[in-house]
Amino acid sequence: MAILEVEGLVAGYGRIEVLHGVSLRLQEHSLCAIIGANGAGKTTLLAALSRLIPIREGRAIFDGREITHASSHAVARAGLVQVPEGRRMLAGMSVEENLLVAGEGAGGRTVGADVAAMFERFPTLAPRRALPAGSLSGGEQQMLAFARALMAHPKALLLDEPSMGLAPRLVETVFDLIAEERARGTSILLVEQNARKALALADHAYVLERGSISLEGKGADLLGREEITAAYLGEATP
Amino acid sequence: MLVQQLANGLFLGAVYALFAIGYTLIFGVLDILNLAHAAIFMLAAFVALSLVGFGFPLVLAVALALVFAGLLGVLLDRIAFAPLRRRNAGTLVPLISSIGAAIVMQGIARGVWGPDEHRFPSNGLSTAEFHLGSLSVGALDLIILAVALALMGILSYVMRSTALGRSIRAVAEDRVAAALLGIDIERTIALTFFIASALGGAAGILIGLQYNSVSLEMGARIELKGLAIIILGGMGSVTGAVIGAFILGAVETLSVAYVSSSYRDAIAFGVMFLILVLRPAGLLGKRALRAA
Repeated sequence: MAILEVEGLVAGYGRIEVLHGVSLRLQEHSLCAIIGANGAGKTTLLAALSRLIPIREGRAIFDGREITHASSHAVARAGLVQVPEGRRMLAGMSVEENLLVAGEGAGGRTVGADVAAMFERFPTLAPRRALPAGSLSGGEQQMLAFARALMAHPKALLLDEPSMGLAPRLVETVFDLIAEERARGTSILLVEQNARKALALADHAYVLERGSISLEGKGADLLGREEITAAYLGEATP
Repeated sequence: MLVQQLANGLFLGAVYALFAIGYTLIFGVLDILNLAHAAIFMLAAFVALSLVGFGFPLVLAVALALVFAGLLGVLLDRIAFAPLRRRNAGTLVPLISSIGAAIVMQGIARGVWGPDEHRFPSNGLSTAEFHLGSLSVGALDLIILAVALALMGILSYVMRSTALGRSIRAVAEDRVAAALLGIDIERTIALTFFIASALGGAAGILIGLQYNSVSLEMGARIELKGLAIIILGGMGSVTGAVIGAFILGAVETLSVAYVSSSYRDAIAFGVMFLILVLRPAGLLGKRALRAA
């Protein structure tokens, strides 16, 4: 069963149309990757799904509810939570306050216990709880961005370039975390530049090219296709 | 003499601080200057005055006038700012629409209360004075100071330790990130306007009581001072606004005492100019609101 269904989605900024009718499905408890070049519209797609920008045509249905015209906070409270590109820390607020405000924003009733659970799950954050989030390293900020999203008890996560700007060792940690979260039953829509890793992990994947889906298939199948290898994995065909 | 003047500066600074906090809160969250803040300051004083005139006890009249000021702020946002926000109008256009809103409110006040200066009925106000050595302090001044400090204390607690305060700071810090975390941005902005305007209204009522004078011009007299205070303190910083307000209050009373009242504003603004030459971003930067 699909937890997120997008049909013919058209969106953009001002007069510029970025997405020209994108359709995709995210199956429940699965991981779906979207790969594509810079400027293909990956971040725009997530912005539209989180209702940061208007959906001009088409519709989006999440968990049986139409969210095409919902407000951003309503989408997040319904359980579709985005971890944005660049992590967007509330830099002047403490690590703990970042978690608290996320739990409160999502309308959680067990915010205190949830914060404690996050510090248990992300032990590197615990000793830094009173520090401003802006003082954390890139890897720590990514952990906090995850933890913050998880405070909402999401049914599905929208992850925008979670490995961007991280050292290779930390990239491993982040992908481990994504796999772990899927194993816990959270559905995940993953947008990644690191196409190889994303496809290796994905149950299903879409290739977004200049605002349209050009190709889709099982993650492992796409990984083996020549046009993908050439265009997105940075390798000449053997 | 010096202690007496510093005490007077304290009473003045506390009220300036309440006014400036409202200004800086809205700037911190929306990055706009709300030039209708002074009009709400004035209207709240008039409403409190009229309620006392209708026979309400002073405390109840003040409380009702604060709620009125807060709701007026929410209405102001709905009419003057929210439509522009939806159209991504930037920061200059809302500045103009807030001037328009101020002119409308000023006109309404003139229509309802007339152009004259009003006074609170004297029977409600205490004229008792306390003496401590050479220091003489009015009971009313002490009450005003206590009310102002209590309101600042409540605000500080709300901003630091409540879900509402955290959501306001989150929106001030990054509106997009806050929205993605499930925070209702419009509701948070409305609550910010309520708090900011109620504090501005409190300043108007307290100044009206302190000088026992409520007039159409009282808003214009404090407007530039409030602006200077928040620039001095660092735009968007609540703590900076409080510090800036007490500096201005002290400099004003000292220059009246030691130089001349005709040079009061020149000296006050001169001192602020000097501080800004040394610290162009103000005493505390915008981050301070966000870290509260």
